[in-house]
Amino acid sequence: MKNKEPLILAVVVFFTLVTYYLVEPFAHSQMHKHVESESFAYADLPAIQKQGDVTRGQELVMGAGACTGCHSINVVKVPATMEPQMAAASYGVNPPDLSNAGAIYDPKFLAAMIKNPAHALMVEHKFDADAGKMHPMVPFYGAGGDIDQEIADMIAYLQSIAVKAEEVTPIMAFENACGRCHAVSYENWTPIGAKPNFKDKKDSLAFDIKLLEYQDSLKAYMGKTPPDLSMYIRSRGEHYVSTFIENPQSQLEGTAMPRVGVTPEAAEKVIEYLQDAGDTKRHEREEIGMSVMIYIVIFALFAFLWKRKVWKDLH
Amino acid sequence: MAHFTKATSVKDWLNQRLAIEKVEKVMASEYWIPKNINFLWAMGLILMITFVLLLVSGIFLLMYYQPNVDTAFYSVNYTIMRDVDFGWLWRHVHGVAASVVFLIIYIHMFTGIYYGSYKKGREMIWLSGMLLFITFSAEAFSGYMLPWGQMSYWAGMVITNLFSGGSLHADFLVEWIRGDYVPAQAFLSRFFMLHVLLLPLAILGLIGLHFAALRIPHVNNQDGEEIDFDAESKKYLAGDKVGSKVMRFGNDFLSKDMMVVGIYLIFFFYLVFYHYGFAMDPVNFDPADGLKTPAHIYPEWYFLWSYEILRPFSTDIGLMAFGFAQVIFVLLPWLDRSPNTVPASRRGLFAIWFWAMLLDMIVLTAMGKLPPSGIFSTIGLVAALTFIGLWILLPIITMFEKKV
Amino acid sequence: MGKAFGAVAAVGAVGSLVAMKRTWDPLPSVKAAGFTTLDMSIYEENKLVTEKWRGKPIFVLKKTAEMVAKQTEKQKARDIVIGGAHYMVSIGLCTHLGCIPAYDAGKEGFLCACHGGQFDFSGDVTKAPPPRGFDIPPFKIDGNLLVLGEAGPEYMKMKETGITL
Repeated sequence: MKNKEPLILAVVVFFTLVTYYLVEPFAHSQMHKHVESESFAYADLPAIQKQGDVTRGQELVMGAGACTGCHSINVVKVPATMEPQMAAASYGVNPPDLSNAGAIYDPKFLAAMIKNPAHALMVEHKFDADAGKMHPMVPFYGAGGDIDQEIADMIAYLQSIAVKAEEVTPIMAFENACGRCHAVSYENWTPIGAKPNFKDKKDSLAFDIKLLEYQDSLKAYMGKTPPDLSMYIRSRGEHYVSTFIENPQSQLEGTAMPRVGVTPEAAEKVIEYLQDAGDTKRHEREEIGMSVMIYIVIFALFAFLWKRKVWKDLH
Repeated sequence: MAHFTKATSVKDWLNQRLAIEKVEKVMASEYWIPKNINFLWAMGLILMITFVLLLVSGIFLLMYYQPNVDTAFYSVNYTIMRDVDFGWLWRHVHGVAASVVFLIIYIHMFTGIYYGSYKKGREMIWLSGMLLFITFSAEAFSGYMLPWGQMSYWAGMVITNLFSGGSLHADFLVEWIRGDYVPAQAFLSRFFMLHVLLLPLAILGLIGLHFAALRIPHVNNQDGEEIDFDAESKKYLAGDKVGSKVMRFGNDFLSKDMMVVGIYLIFFFYLVFYHYGFAMDPVNFDPADGLKTPAHIYPEWYFLWSYEILRPFSTDIGLMAFGFAQVIFVLLPWLDRSPNTVPASRRGLFAIWFWAMLLDMIVLTAMGKLPPSGIFSTIGLVAALTFIGLWILLPIITMFEKKV
Repeated sequence: MGKAFGAVAAVGAVGSLVAMKRTWDPLPSVKAAGFTTLDMSIYEENKLVTEKWRGKPIFVLKKTAEMVAKQTEKQKARDIVIGGAHYMVSIGLCTHLGCIPAYDAGKEGFLCACHGGQFDFSGDVTKAPPPRGFDIPPFKIDGNLLVLGEAGPEYMKMKETGITL
């Protein structure tokens, strides 16, 4: 009698795969918009033409550029002018510390940001200067010379004080680019910083009140409280998160979330941070997965040899 | 009273009290299985193994899961996934097994339909199997509530709403099931109870019934052959292993069972470690929010076909069609009027019916997930009508089937 | 071959037991909470404060100069000395059956309400039924701080000399 098992197996596998294809890849391609990554090239922003000068940049950042009126630069001992919740009450969100801005953000983006924040952040639908709605960050109108040269100088200075690109850590990139709006409770992160382990309940509550005040301002500024990102790597997936960081409008038109302008390397660090939060055991899963797969192949092999021996007597 | 003698060995001691040798014979070495069966007959043991995987992983999840609307999501996604050593493994095994178990159930079911294994004394096997399918469905649904993510909450909302009975507006029934106006603490607690106690108990009982129902009519075979099990087993025991048409369950068929299990486990663990997304919906990694519905709501894949039968019609007709789909498979042994217990390939029109039903259910499954608009809703409507039509046709085409 | 297959299957079963055992282990968050750090400068003399370590009450009593002066060698051996001050730090459970004794500052001693056991201000037993003085939790001196849950050299010495179990 002819052995029909290969044919039966083929039929079972075929229908299983067809069903899988229809309910997973195909259905999801129909349900979700597909957005291609542009590798964080920011092609819409003009390239920096001028060679920047660090010393002149420093003078501008500290002086005529008036950056330090709102931004702290801890690495050169320029402190924040006020506490986060007070800053948020004034600006909507706590302005970032600029110590490592030169390493985390794309230079083209920084240049565009200094010149026209609402444009660089892609939030012109919210902050329309013509309609009198200004972005809280005041654009730099130049210090009297060639404005493009001055901006190049400032960026050269910011890059000179920042850590090297390869020294950017996941938490550094995340805190700077995302962490002033988003909490990641599973990593104990709040938009006003990691919550310390207070011994006294009073201190803990005081921190919470500051956080709530901060989030109230943030909500008024953004339209809603930005979500906690603890599980976003699993609820949205790496591709979605990555393209969303690159250009929020591409995935969610009209969103209040600004483009953050991180470099491709910093974006990878942000993703790594989110993986540590929401898919903490991924390395262990892959390691154990490999051992289990090897074991189970051996198991199947021995089962096959046993079957062959037993069935030799049956035919 | 039984007569006990001084035991000569541990085995003898046990034998006098538990008749272990007899049990071993009844359960394994003299449980006779036809030789002309293929690997599809191993699906039963695969289901058993998958059920054990669900049970074991579930026990470990239960050690850390908290059935409370405020802490459930955290206990699953933080405590179990990050804190507990190997917690992620139990969750992945549990999630993937819950999905794969339905794939195997469907293969098992369609094997039964194809070879006519629900006829001539095997009706109880079919009936207990269908009851298992229903309890497994309830088990899957109640388990899906527990992580208390967005899909848990909204699936709970939508499915319990079905019980309002459309125009009957039986809201009291919906509220009774939920214990609240919306899925909330009472709902989570009772579905937790159903998932970890009542339904598993029912499943264990039904598995016993399913196995018991198999004893007297014996296992069917792939050729529709009537086997004289007494004569053939005598032949086997007399030493003619090759000539006999039957074999022992243990270790003859068991060795083949284990081989198929081995291959299945390669597939299963590959999914657990490297391809789990289909079984753990991303949307359910967002915590439940009663004020925000996800953009797309759909059940897990194994419920899609019956969900799609509900969807293309107006509320009342849809509910009736859905109710029809839920019970109709149970009635198969009586709707099939043919006296033949042979593979579908030898049953003329029934063979066409079988493949049409299989394809139709795959189409329904696919349409159940796709957004119900444009061409997809038309295909869905046609497939739903086809499903109902096929069941109406079944008694007619089988009544005129020639005896083979 | 059947036996070989059985052996392979058994290896898998034992392997999964390892995962099961580790799932039963106390969580990292529980273990991390197994340390309590006390700032020893805040305590007042002859005033008993009850702290908490791994869910158990910890008695902390700063001794007066007078207590230090009058105490015997045996009592002194139980002292934890930080910044020149002498402290009695011990697990506040009666070594008889685990009740929490009460401190009487006037009598400078503990009385257990359950079966009448008594302890002196050093935590040593003065009246049965308790078989021994209060147990001392593993501690490490870190400047002004006392870390409970970590065994420092002073604790190891107490253990070796049999002052605590």
